[in-house]
Amino acid sequence: MHPAYSVILFTTASGAGYGLLAMMALFAAGGALPIDRWFALSGFILALGGITFGLLASTFHLGHPERAWRAISQWRSSWLSREGVLALGTYVPALAFAWGWVVEQEYGGSWRMIAVITAVLSTLTVYCTAMIYTSLRPIRAWHNHLTVPLYLSIAFWTGMLWLNALTHVFGAHNPNVGMMLVVAGFLGFYVKRKYWRLIDTNPSWVTPEGATGLGSLGKVRLLDPPNTQECYIQTEMGFRIAREHRVKLRRIAFVCLFLVPLPLSVFTMEAGPLVAIPGAILAAVIAMIGALVDRWLFFAEAKHTAMLYWGAETS
Amino acid sequence: MTDLPTRTGRKLGLVIDLDICVGCHACAVNCKEWNTGGHSAPLPDTDPFGAHAAGVWFNRVHSFEVGDGAESRTVHFPRSCLHCENAACVEVCPTGASYKRAEDGIVLVNEDICIGCKLCSWACPYGAREYDEDAGVMKKCTLCIDRIYNENIPEAQRVPACVSTCPANARHFGDLGDPESDVSRMVEERGGYDLIPELRYAPVNKYLPPRPRRGPGGDGPRTLAAAQTPGRAAEAETEEPDGFLGWIDRLLSR
Repeated sequence: MHPAYSVILFTTASGAGYGLLAMMALFAAGGALPIDRWFALSGFILALGGITFGLLASTFHLGHPERAWRAISQWRSSWLSREGVLALGTYVPALAFAWGWVVEQEYGGSWRMIAVITAVLSTLTVYCTAMIYTSLRPIRAWHNHLTVPLYLSIAFWTGMLWLNALTHVFGAHNPNVGMMLVVAGFLGFYVKRKYWRLIDTNPSWVTPEGATGLGSLGKVRLLDPPNTQECYIQTEMGFRIAREHRVKLRRIAFVCLFLVPLPLSVFTMEAGPLVAIPGAILAAVIAMIGALVDRWLFFAEAKHTAMLYWGAETS
Repeated sequence: MTDLPTRTGRKLGLVIDLDICVGCHACAVNCKEWNTGGHSAPLPDTDPFGAHAAGVWFNRVHSFEVGDGAESRTVHFPRSCLHCENAACVEVCPTGASYKRAEDGIVLVNEDICIGCKLCSWACPYGAREYDEDAGVMKKCTLCIDRIYNENIPEAQRVPACVSTCPANARHFGDLGDPESDVSRMVEERGGYDLIPELRYAPVNKYLPPRPRRGPGGDGPRTLAAAQTPGRAAEAETEEPDGFLGWIDRLLSR
């Protein structure tokens, strides 16, 4: 599938933003974060900034961005629409929660309820993003049980890295945040490996014989395509990535997303602020680069059944 | 709402006979010709006279080689929207621009509210929807709703442009929800099938498979079992005249 930059930016930036928002809310509800308003303000700017940037980026690839508001109307059938509704809906408790923490300097008591609602809606929004891809039956690499865990775990991990960096900057790091960070890192690592193994090994979804229904007559090979130059279907669904590039990019994604940030953030955790702060920030930034490469691959590696009509041998 | 209708009054669609299609592309050309002035007009072409000519077509003819060696054959395969009963392209649409009509099952796009997110084209396993870069909206086969209900043209012409133009009569239009209709009978008799049934889109359009080849002896249809018995085929071959006369003989004995 064609990797559209607007969608890659959207899913990674807003994924990290919702991850950070959800974890801030849960840790605050558990009383494990400082009541410091500047800490809270920085956190909300980072989280809501990432989410808002992502949502705006996602409208760039539309043919009619000015009609984007219509996308929240079909929540009964469309996961894209549900995502839009939840993305907008999450702003309400998130901003109320931010008001309580930054202005009222309060996150306990009844604010806890708002914190939990914020965390739940953030998680559901990322869930809907993943379901947009999971629901597409023609794309084997997406229509499986690991796409949802993949999106959730990467949002959780990148969000935790930013929360970790914030707590270091404000001198508020604590073992709970450290523990959760390690859990998020290993979970993301595990799910990503499982996902790659799944898409490398599960059998081809549909064959050219199945696509044409001519299998009973023998092997089906494309003799003449209908068009001499690439058409929309080919540029949109037929994006191909060379095998050697794929291996290299997977390595880059894995190193940047997990192999560098996980040890880096763990080993600098107990050091003094002069080491811990740059270490934590660097880990988060490198992981975001890894997340971008990884999300690019998520699209570039996915094959669509429509390409079987243009000579693809597997889907 | 982009919920699909639970059932449609009629199931209008096409039946395409892969045995007869000669791959002339007339259906695709007449489709383009009619529809660039029809319901979804225009069907743009980008760089039409340059090196990267591309454009929106609702109907494309693919040619496949099927089988190996002496048993191989060329099958021309016209492909357009199948107006599926479980049209996922409609369900994924976030705006309600894509819809399936309850009265006749035709899947259409309302271009006035389409935001051009392209998700519907991703949801179609058959590659039936094509994006109009100029208008920023998705376009697709309308089953020529502007012909089939058009009272300003003679009744005989009230069929989709691709059907009206096919010189080999390989394309048929009708109500596939009515078991008594000509198209339904044709599907019944010839073993018409769905494309990619395992994805459960329940396409309305059906394809009729190429007929089994006649044996060289001209003694009726050669069954798959006969084809797998080389002795019988070889035996028949030695008895019959070949070359031009043999071809005439086989043609006449059909």
